[in-house]
Amino acid sequence: MSAPDTGDRPPGAVADISSQSSLATALTPVLTVAVSLLGLCLLWGLAENAWPSRAFPGPGQVWQVLLAEAANGDLFYHLGATLGRVAAAYVVAMVVGSVIGVLLGSHRSADRFFSPWVVLFLNIPALVVIVLAYIWFGLNEAAAIGAVAVNKIPNVVVTMREGARALDPSYAEMAAVYRFGLLDRVRHVLLPQLQPYLAAASRSGIALIWKIVLVVELLGRSNGVGFQIYLYFQLFDVAAILAYTLAFVAVMLVIELLLVQPVERHATRWRRRPA
Amino acid sequence: MQPVGAVVPLRVDIAEKTFRSAQGVSITALQDLSFEVRQGEFACLLGPSGCGKTTTLRILLGLDKNFSGSFQLPEGGSNRIAAVFQEPILLPWRTVEQNVRLALPKSLRTKNLDGLFDTLGLAGMRSLYPAELSLGLARRAALARAFATEPAVLFLDEPFASLDERTAGRLRHLLLTVWSARPTTALMVTHNLREALMLSDRIIVLAQRPAHVLGMFDVKLPRQYRNPQVMSDLLRSFHQKFPGGA
Repeated sequence: MSAPDTGDRPPGAVADISSQSSLATALTPVLTVAVSLLGLCLLWGLAENAWPSRAFPGPGQVWQVLLAEAANGDLFYHLGATLGRVAAAYVVAMVVGSVIGVLLGSHRSADRFFSPWVVLFLNIPALVVIVLAYIWFGLNEAAAIGAVAVNKIPNVVVTMREGARALDPSYAEMAAVYRFGLLDRVRHVLLPQLQPYLAAASRSGIALIWKIVLVVELLGRSNGVGFQIYLYFQLFDVAAILAYTLAFVAVMLVIELLLVQPVERHATRWRRRPA
Repeated sequence: MQPVGAVVPLRVDIAEKTFRSAQGVSITALQDLSFEVRQGEFACLLGPSGCGKTTTLRILLGLDKNFSGSFQLPEGGSNRIAAVFQEPILLPWRTVEQNVRLALPKSLRTKNLDGLFDTLGLAGMRSLYPAELSLGLARRAALARAFATEPAVLFLDEPFASLDERTAGRLRHLLLTVWSARPTTALMVTHNLREALMLSDRIIVLAQRPAHVLGMFDVKLPRQYRNPQVMSDLLRSFHQKFPGGA
């Protein structure tokens, strides 16, 4: 085809027609989520009335605890500690896992040799890794974060290995002919091709990591959401346990909405939008 | 205009290139293939499908090092090579302009590309992503990338394959326009005799596999005089020299 191809599609006209309904279409998913969550709270409140017990506080009670903990600053201190560990473990796991995964995916003999190791590490229970890390390296921050990362790395390796196997060699050849530098190759050729796999590994990664971080904190740290949950477990304070859990889930939801999704939209902006 | 860059010609001397299939069967793709492309000359490697033309090009591009023999790329000026592949091979996640600039060495990254984009009719499409281009436009972008690097030698691997004849014809003219502005030693692989006669100074005719040079066919006539009448004369004399060939 030739030059005037792009001229016959007036993008302005399309945008005008859709702008009236676009506000409504943008709000619908938000409304749906709000209504859905409200429904869950309502169901929870009904259940609490049907089975009144100290072990099953209602949403109002949990909210009171949440406000109290927020007011005295404990909530933010412990949320911050956990969030820091999640972030550190995530970065370590993604970087180490991606490098190993790409190497295994692009070298078949190495893959054949190390594949059993990956399976082995995939199947070691998180608890075992955490206990061993604390025994070998002491009850410190590095051991805690390292243990979480080691639990996640095999998952990242498996995903990124698939990504590396799916790399298109013609891009690498083009880069070789035009003598791209190493940095350009990684940034403009390798990473964009791995992006869907990175996104998949991140998604499943963050959810897994924060659950393991709680265990790590429960076993050997003196702050963080996991530590607080253990504390309130000993005090049999279910409302506080739920308050901390929900607060952290909310934080992760906000991260997903404000960080993960915009980054993903930016990374996939070049894809032709579905008609 | 003066030919730029190359002082040494492109010299190819490949003794043998063999492929080994998964079942252990070995196929000799090239044998005693040797030819030379003079500096600033546009040469075509013409041969039947599957005779090893692309294999030759991959060796020259340094993408296949598993062969016996040697070759010498033109030196002087820039030692860069550029290639236009069978597919455009643009990075889909970078715009047309970014694709072109990424191929440039650091010292040329910010150079003015307006003229080149204008000539190739890409001026309004610099900020589009490759998925938004038609195949013909994507091939123009691939040409822009190759010429922007100011290479010492340019390799083209059937760059107009899988285009309809009208688009291919227009692209051949564009190729000649940008090439004439800066005559670079060029080697183009094609199985299309008319295309070779229209574009090249010299046609290197290859035999069936294993590929070796059957002979040379020089087209001395300047390109602007190659009208349909002259082309059919050229075709006739080509067939006289290579009966049954290509």
